Amino acid sequence: MVNLLAKRIIPCLDVKKERVVKGTKFVDLKDAGDPVELAKYYNEQGADELSFLDITASYENRKIIIDIIKKVAEQVFIPLSVGGGINSIETIRELLNAGAEKVSIGTAAVKNPNLVREASQKFGSQAIVVSIDAKRKKNSWTVYIKGGREDANIDALEFGKKMEKIGAGEILLNSIDMDGTKQGYDIELNKKFSEELNIPIIASGGAGKLEHIKEVLTKGKADAALAASIFHYKKYTINDVKKYLKKNCIEVRI
Amino acid sequence: MGEDSIITSDLKEILNADKVVFPGVGNFGDVMKELKKRKLDVIIKKAIEMKKPFLGICVGLQVLFEESEESPNVKGLGIFKGKVLKFKQGKVPQIGWNKISSKTIGDGYVYFVNSYYAAPDDKNIIESTSDYYAKFTAAVKKDNVFATQFHPEKSGEFGLRILKKWLTC
Repeated sequence: MVNLLAKRIIPCLDVKKERVVKGTKFVDLKDAGDPVELAKYYNEQGADELSFLDITASYENRKIIIDIIKKVAEQVFIPLSVGGGINSIETIRELLNAGAEKVSIGTAAVKNPNLVREASQKFGSQAIVVSIDAKRKKNSWTVYIKGGREDANIDALEFGKKMEKIGAGEILLNSIDMDGTKQGYDIELNKKFSEELNIPIIASGGAGKLEHIKEVLTKGKADAALAASIFHYKKYTINDVKKYLKKNCIEVRI
Repeated sequence: MGEDSIITSDLKEILNADKVVFPGVGNFGDVMKELKKRKLDVIIKKAIEMKKPFLGICVGLQVLFEESEESPNVKGLGIFKGKVLKFKQGKVPQIGWNKISSKTIGDGYVYFVNSYYAAPDDKNIIESTSDYYAKFTAAVKKDNVFATQFHPEKSGEFGLRILKKWLTC
């Protein structure tokens, strides 16, 4: 009884208007802010999936992100996921038609869980990722919405279970406490979710070193690790991460 | 990929095509219902009978079999004998990159999104297998019919090689 399913390494690209932001320190790219160039670059390094986050997510920018996904999907043949302000079936349909494999739903999943139910029935669970921003509160975690600005006063684990039940195919689990600290993922949070839910967990928030990624995939039991700054600022390439994981006996696609 | 292609459910266009691709993500029962509604079930069988090279992807593989645990009262196309079964262990759906071993298309990592897999009666049609807590069918091949449980179109360079080979050979 073996499971050879590889652990996934997913770089996150923050998109603002037509550009990827944070990606300014690439040296061997002609245009570091161009989403298509960056997507190709990560693909060549061995990214298992690309996660686009539309950080402006306004109506006029929706067309821009759809256009970006179309262009990337024409040239990069790995799964693409898109998140940021998604709150309607129509938007989900447009993004999937543009070539995205998955969409991730955050605030809207809290405010209107029916969207998750309806979307997974229409497009299949595999296309619907629920993105949870979790913050520690004593011995548990609470859900934050609106990009981490507002406490929704909902227990994160209970919310995750409910999302699985109504059709979420994966959980993108972001630790607000660890996000941006480079001190490592919230291992306990990921472990709890992975043990209590039966859908894949994508860990996010806190990666600063190779050991952090290893830890969250082993002790944290996450199925995938998402990171932004360590890749953007070229501290490590995706291939560095995968070689390190492989050396540590973790199944990765190399 | 440098080939002319059209997306169609038009019967004449399908029967005039040199090669036919039937991709799909979805529920076995829903897909069969939709195929019947548009008479595509008959057309697909006809295209296969006419020996057109046929590529099924994901649910496009599953409906080639007789039945599925996903939709117990729905009959599949029955091109191949056997059943489609649900994974009994692990997180379901399986989402991600898993390794295949193949007779002719090569070995490597490909992208899967599936809760179900085919169990053909005739083991000789199994082209590739993979492991998800147990061995399962990743692709089948017989005469002009080739079908993959994984998504070659999302499987990076290796996936593209598989598609190119199918298109050109």
